[in-house]
Amino acid sequence: MIPTPPNDLELEQIELDLFVQALRRRHGHDFSQYAPASLTRRVRQLVHDHRCVSISALTARLLHEADFVTQVVQGLSVPVSEMFRDPAVFRALREQVLPMLASYPQINIWQAGCAHGQEAYSLAILLEEAGLYERSHIFATDFNPEALQRAREGIYPARDAQLWSRNYLEAGGSQSLANYYSARYDYLKLHERLARNITFTSHNLVSDEVFCEAHLVLCRNVLIYFSNPLQNRTLTLFRDSLVRGGYLCLGLRETLEFAPVAADFSVLDAGRRLYRRYARGVAEGAA
Amino acid sequence: MTRPEAIAIGCSTGGFNALRVLLGGLAPDLPQTVLVCSHTGGSVALLCELLARHCALPVIEALERWPARGGTVQVAPGGYHLLLESDRRFALSVDRQVCFSRPSIDVMFGSVAEVYLAGAIGVILTGASRDGADGLAQIRARGGIAVVQTPVSADAAAMPQAALDTAGADHCLPLDLIAPLLNRLCLP
Repeated sequence: MIPTPPNDLELEQIELDLFVQALRRRHGHDFSQYAPASLTRRVRQLVHDHRCVSISALTARLLHEADFVTQVVQGLSVPVSEMFRDPAVFRALREQVLPMLASYPQINIWQAGCAHGQEAYSLAILLEEAGLYERSHIFATDFNPEALQRAREGIYPARDAQLWSRNYLEAGGSQSLANYYSARYDYLKLHERLARNITFTSHNLVSDEVFCEAHLVLCRNVLIYFSNPLQNRTLTLFRDSLVRGGYLCLGLRETLEFAPVAADFSVLDAGRRLYRRYARGVAEGAA
Repeated sequence: MTRPEAIAIGCSTGGFNALRVLLGGLAPDLPQTVLVCSHTGGSVALLCELLARHCALPVIEALERWPARGGTVQVAPGGYHLLLESDRRFALSVDRQVCFSRPSIDVMFGSVAEVYLAGAIGVILTGASRDGADGLAQIRARGGIAVVQTPVSADAAAMPQAALDTAGADHCLPLDLIAPLLNRLCLP
């Protein structure tokens, strides 16, 4: 039997609920369907970073200080990523998915939760090297405007280059990652031409709807922060956005067993979390 | 006294051998949930497979959204923090590293402390960082039991030493005596 939580945790829960309500009612950001364990950690981190005495103090600032919400949203989103993170996944995209996408005259890719853009640019490089980029478009979305701005700039700390280069080669890269960026001082800037077919745009998986017809949806390590109902809602968005036979790529440790809509996807590569929207009545080979 | 419900184990440098000894000594009918956070790197699937050869309990990777299982050793996946929701289901996070680590022992222990309260046992084994010290303090503060490997018996003394300095311990023992202690504390 699970014991009743002690007073301090119970009190914190009340404060957290009020914080979430204030964020939604005052600023329109709805975190009520986020999984509590991680949300609580992030809110505590905000309390700490902004030297507040409690979550309630944070809530007060959120209500009364005009620009404070920007910092709160920043603290509640996940900017952690790298280029070609989990190289085996990008290798599978290169070897198993892109050859299938090549049969479409126009390829639309939705990368949901793009953070600072590392994965969107990784995709652009994959498509470039497969000779498909000219007829591809990547919609890279995030709800965090600051992250989108960073993503558009394509500037990253140079210290990341070593890991990213290794990832790129492990993912089957045919050149050198350095061909795609210029390094200056302590930063590297990805070549602007990589961004030519990427639209970085605001989209909130909690509240926004389908906005494009996609042949591939990538959403890695975003759903881990969502409760079961929100995970299911998001996967439903992906299903409805995907063409029949379209591809879905999730984070390597994500679990679909608690999402009813998972029944609308077939497993392409379980280990790499690659799925396809069922193509009912449509020949698989044509997809 | 609250019967323990979960044993959380943290280790880093030298952790594989320490886990082999500790898990190898656990009673096959131990009903508790056993959680492991190890910085040993590499494939957790392989780690589970190797550890399972030495352990009478099943050893598996902790799976997102699934309930923590009793009588089973569940290992935090590489590259993710392992947390528990209040209904004792696993949650994962790719938030910033803590103590240069993800998974971080502090993060897992902190979550275990809040979910299992006085029913938690935290065990800090060999390691070269100070990860786990704060988490162990949280387990103790909520009434749980803190067990630390004696630094002299550890491959790397820093982590158990940091745990002792920060959290103190209810039991500080050489590695080979930890499993027998856990069996005594945990079996009905």
